[in-house]
Formats: sequence, C-alpha cells, structure tokens
Amino acid sequence: MYEAMVTARHYEERLQEEYLEGKQPAFDISAGPIPGELHLAAGQEAAGAGVCQRLRDDDTVTAPHRPHHVAIAKGVDLKRMTAEIFGRETGLSKGKGGHMHLFDPDVNFACSGIIAEGCPPAVGAGLAAKKRNTDSVAVAFLGEGAIDQGAFLESLNLAAVQDLPVVFVVEDNDWAISMPKERVTDVENGAQRADGFDLPGARVDADDAVAVYEAAREVIGRARDRNGPSLLEVQVHRRMGHFMGDPEAYRSDEDKTAAEGRDSIDRLEADLRAHGVDNETIAGLRSSARERVEEAIEWAKEQPEPEPADAHEDVFTNPPSGVTDSEPTAAELGGDD
Amino acid sequence: MAQQEKDPAEGGQTDRSLTMSRAMVEAIAHEMRADDDVFYMGEDVADYGGIFDSTEGLLEEFGRDRVMDVPISETAYIGAAVGAAQAGMRPIAELMFVDFFGVGMDQIYNQMAKNTYMSGGSVSVPMVLTAAVGGTYNDAAQHSQTLYGTFAHLPGMKVVVPSTAYDAKGLMHNAVRDDDPVVYLFHKRLMGIGWLPAPDGPKTPVPEDDYTIPFGSADVKREGADVTVVTLGLHVHRALEAADDLADDGIDVEVVDLRTLVPLDADTVRDSVAKTGRLVVVDEDYRSFGVTGEIVARVAEDGLADLEAVERVAVPDVPLPYARPMENEVIPDAEDITGAIRAAHGDE
Repeated sequence: MYEAMVTARHYEERLQEEYLEGKQPAFDISAGPIPGELHLAAGQEAAGAGVCQRLRDDDTVTAPHRPHHVAIAKGVDLKRMTAEIFGRETGLSKGKGGHMHLFDPDVNFACSGIIAEGCPPAVGAGLAAKKRNTDSVAVAFLGEGAIDQGAFLESLNLAAVQDLPVVFVVEDNDWAISMPKERVTDVENGAQRADGFDLPGARVDADDAVAVYEAAREVIGRARDRNGPSLLEVQVHRRMGHFMGDPEAYRSDEDKTAAEGRDSIDRLEADLRAHGVDNETIAGLRSSARERVEEAIEWAKEQPEPEPADAHEDVFTNPPSGVTDSEPTAAELGGDD
Repeated sequence: MAQQEKDPAEGGQTDRSLTMSRAMVEAIAHEMRADDDVFYMGEDVADYGGIFDSTEGLLEEFGRDRVMDVPISETAYIGAAVGAAQAGMRPIAELMFVDFFGVGMDQIYNQMAKNTYMSGGSVSVPMVLTAAVGGTYNDAAQHSQTLYGTFAHLPGMKVVVPSTAYDAKGLMHNAVRDDDPVVYLFHKRLMGIGWLPAPDGPKTPVPEDDYTIPFGSADVKREGADVTVVTLGLHVHRALEAADDLADDGIDVEVVDLRTLVPLDADTVRDSVAKTGRLVVVDEDYRSFGVTGEIVARVAEDGLADLEAVERVAVPDVPLPYARPMENEVIPDAEDITGAIRAAHGDE
C-alpha cells in the first residue's frame, strides 16, 4: 500500500516536470512533450491504494479524469501507461487515449474524462459477474463533485435493485474545479447519498490509508460475498490545481496550505514506524518506487510516436471494410514484466 | 428586433481590438445590464470566469444571483434554463465542453429544441446554450469535438458559430435577444486565452456600442473569383491562410464564413459558387452526415449547373486521437485546405 502511494506521488511529480517542459514562458497547453490537459492526484493516494489493495486482477475498476494513483494501485502497466501519456505508439491505447482515457484490460482498468461516467460501466461489470456467477467485484471511483450527477445516482439505484457486486468510492477532495464542496451540495457526508437507495454508506474522514483499507475490507467483502453494493467516501485533499495550468485564483492560500499539511503518505509512514518498520525499509521502498518510475518514463520517452495514418485504425473492432488489425500483445510491446 | 449590422469601419470606435472572449463577455454584460431577466449559469462560470474566459469579470459586476456556479449536473441546470426561459426569463447556460452534451442532451433536444413546436407555438424558450468546441491541443476524443452538425441536424435550435471578435459580439447580442433557443458554439482556439494561443485573425476591432448581426447572414471574409471555400469557426482562419498562399500562384480564392448554421445562408454560398464554379467546404466536424455534405447538397439542389468541382475537407469519421501526429492527421490544416482548393481548381 505504501509502495503504491509513494510510486503514485513520485510518478506525478515527474509527470509534472515533464509536462511543464516546453510550456514556458507563456503556458501553452498544446506545447511540450505532454500536451492536452493533465489532472494530477497528489493528496488522493490513500483512496486508490487503500481500496485497490483489496482487489484482484479480475476485479474491475473504473476511474475518473484523475486516474494515475488508482491505476498504479490497481496494477496498470506503468510503462505502457506512461507511453500513453507521452502519446507514443506502444502506449496502452497506442496514443489514441491520453491520460484521461487509460484502458488496461489485463487488470480490468478503464477510465473516462466525463464526470461520473465510469459509474454505469462499473455496474455493468458487476452485472456480468453476477450473470457469470463469479466472485469478482467492480469498483467505480469518482470525485465528490460527481455525486450530483444523474449517472452516479442512477447507478447506485440500478446496482441496489439488482443486488450487484459494485462499490462506489467517492474521493472527496473538497473541490469541483473552482467550486468548493459546500457550494455544490448540502450533504456534508457524501456517503449519505447511499441512504436514498437503501444501501450501506461509510465514510473515512481523514487521509488515512489504513482506515481506508479497513473500510474496504467491509464493502468489498460484502460485494464479493454477493451481499450487494455499497458506497465508501474517503476524505482526501487536492494539493494541485484542478488541472496543470489552473491558476487557482478562486482558492485561498490557507485552504491550500491546510491541504498540504495533511499528507496521507506522511501519515502512513508514521504508522509504519510506529509498528516497527525501520528507516532503511522505508527508504528502500521509496527508492525502488523512484527507480520504477524513472524506468517507465525513460522507456516511454524512447518509444516511437504513432504514424499519422494510425489515426484511422481502431474505430471498429470489426471494420466495415473487412480489414482486421492484428493486435500486438503487451509483451511484444515491451511493457511491464 | 433590430437587426442592423454596422460596418466595423464605421462608428469611430473601431480602433479598439478585442479578443473573441472579451467581445462575447461585453455583449453578455450589456444584455444583463439592459434586462434583469438575463442571467448566466454553468460550471466554473463565477469565481473562475469560465474555463475558456467566457464569463471573465461578470461575477464582479453582477454577483452570484446572476452569474451562477452550478453543481456538475448538466441535465439539471440545462433543463432548469429551459424551465426559466419558459417562465419568461432569458437564461444563458454554459456547457463547458460541447463533448459533455450527452450528459444533458435530453433536456437540449427533447425540451429546449422541441417545446415551442410541441406546444403549437404557445411556449417559447428564449435561452442561449453556449459551449466550447474544437481540438488542436491534444485533449483526445472526449474534449476535442466540434459537433456543429449534431445541433444543426436536430430541428428547433438556432446554431451560431462565430469566427471573429466582431462577429462574436454581434451574434451574442442577437442570441440573447432572440425568442428561440440558440446554441452558441465558440472555438477554444479562437478565444484568445493565454494557455491556448489564438491565430491573428479572431482579434478584431469591436465597437463599444451594441450591434446585432442577423442570423442567416454568411460573411464573405475574402473575395475571390476562382474557387469558393465555405467554412466556419477556426477554419475560416485556416482557409484565409490557404487563400493567401494560393494568391501567390494566381489562384483567387473566395472565403465564405457561414457564421450561423441554423438558419443557413445558402444564397450567399450559391451566389459565390455561381461566380467561381468551384466549391470547397471545410469543417472541423466529422465528414459524414455533416456540414460539408449539407452545403454541397444545397448548392447541388439549386445550382447544379454552376458546379464544376466539389471538394470536402473534414475530420475523417474517427474520434479525435490524443497523440500529436494523429490529431494533426485528422484535423484539417491550411495545407489540407490548399490541397483541396488546388484539386477543385484542376491543378495537378
């Protein structure tokens, strides 16, 4: 869990550096090695790591537009994910998706750039598990800004009436872009949304990965045992702007400082030390995380860019012209071992 | 409604150039001052000023009651705009990225666009739905679409696509004053925001006074005798660039900016084709079942005899890819337009 969290944090620090390259002095979003939007999740690692630690490869996860920490915790191929973010041919989506649209079928991970839109597909994965009589589960991650969306509320209801093995994990970072939570919902505890659908809702109040891990045992165990869906809200914090380049003029310095003062990684580290994990072990985990990240980034940057003509492929699995693409395997593409 | 268009060269206030976003905001602010029933709502439109600067400064002047941040719930707030409009107000609702239309589309095409008709004309829906369109910055398939054809295809919505600050202001005045629902699609790359640099063209002189540009009046942005290029939005500027390139080779290109898709000024297009005989239609939307096909059909219906050559330049029916080489491949640039003009002109 700690490893996933420090990997995610370091990964995003490095992505930030790479993203800013070529965008100075005037911030031009389309310039540099990583163009487009980039939404970083620093401060939200506890939710992804605490929940995904309870999951298997055959469990499905859908993530929102801020997906890296969840993807890393779920075991998404780090090299190919990085190549995707750099828009390279060997990326998870061959450069077609980018950072908000990561798909790794090997570990049943997908994400979407549209708010709350990962919820219905997670319900669908739960439905498939039920119909096939397996004990796999589906987890939909979403931000607290998404809990007002119809797609989320309808998904809660459908999962509830069908008794599906789905867990909805709300990452509450207090901000929906520029809108503070209190201005978009009158419900302080997002887990209360579950009440309206007669399913269990729980909330972990602090950025506490251990508490998330414990809470996840309950909700994921419930789903795996075929006892139906539930909702888990986790208080996290947003260290960065909504996206890279967000001036955050709407946010007070105090709020930002307060967010930075409650770091889930520091907290877990303190817990580990309190349980007798020595400095050497912690430093070793950090250093291996760094190495893995560096390796992924270096690998990704060496990968070729797609050919312009590749844009025309993959619109269909079964193209009307009758031409079928031969899909290279992850191993052939040289991703994670 | 007054629909007099002022020449930007008249009026004595035209040495003042604005970005397209400032021009849009100026029109909105004017309408809000003039009519208490006009209000603006959307995601991040108050404190943030709009992700694409579409509401910059409005909160300071008008306060939260009239510049409303809303929860992320497009169905609810776009539908609420419909309801408020039917109650006699004049809401402007912003859909941040046009790609998000799916979330609230039922309220858009089954309510906003149809209630006037289904009520036999007894209900009107005087609202504006604004949305950002366009790619060119590698944001992939859910944040880069240019869905002109989708909204123009479904009846009941007027569809506006400005390409310059001057047009943006005049069309916005018209949109707010119109008694029908207007979908006002602005291209991110034209707004003049710091993080998405605009080409030179969209920043134009803009009169301080209000003025309207009638819907259904295409604008000939460049006159020419040899080939007609019909386009809109960002691609007006790319077509003008292509026309400049070709002028050196003696090909005289006319560039027609549609400015509105509904109503569509087919007469200006036909007149131009009657003059040049050669038609190139350029669109950043998907090729099939869209603007390019519609324009060609309109010209063919009434002016087939004038038509010596036709070329279409559009996104080739693929979702917008993320990586730069692939996005460049599918979004038409000046070079693609140049090639199409040459082909229509009969060059090798």
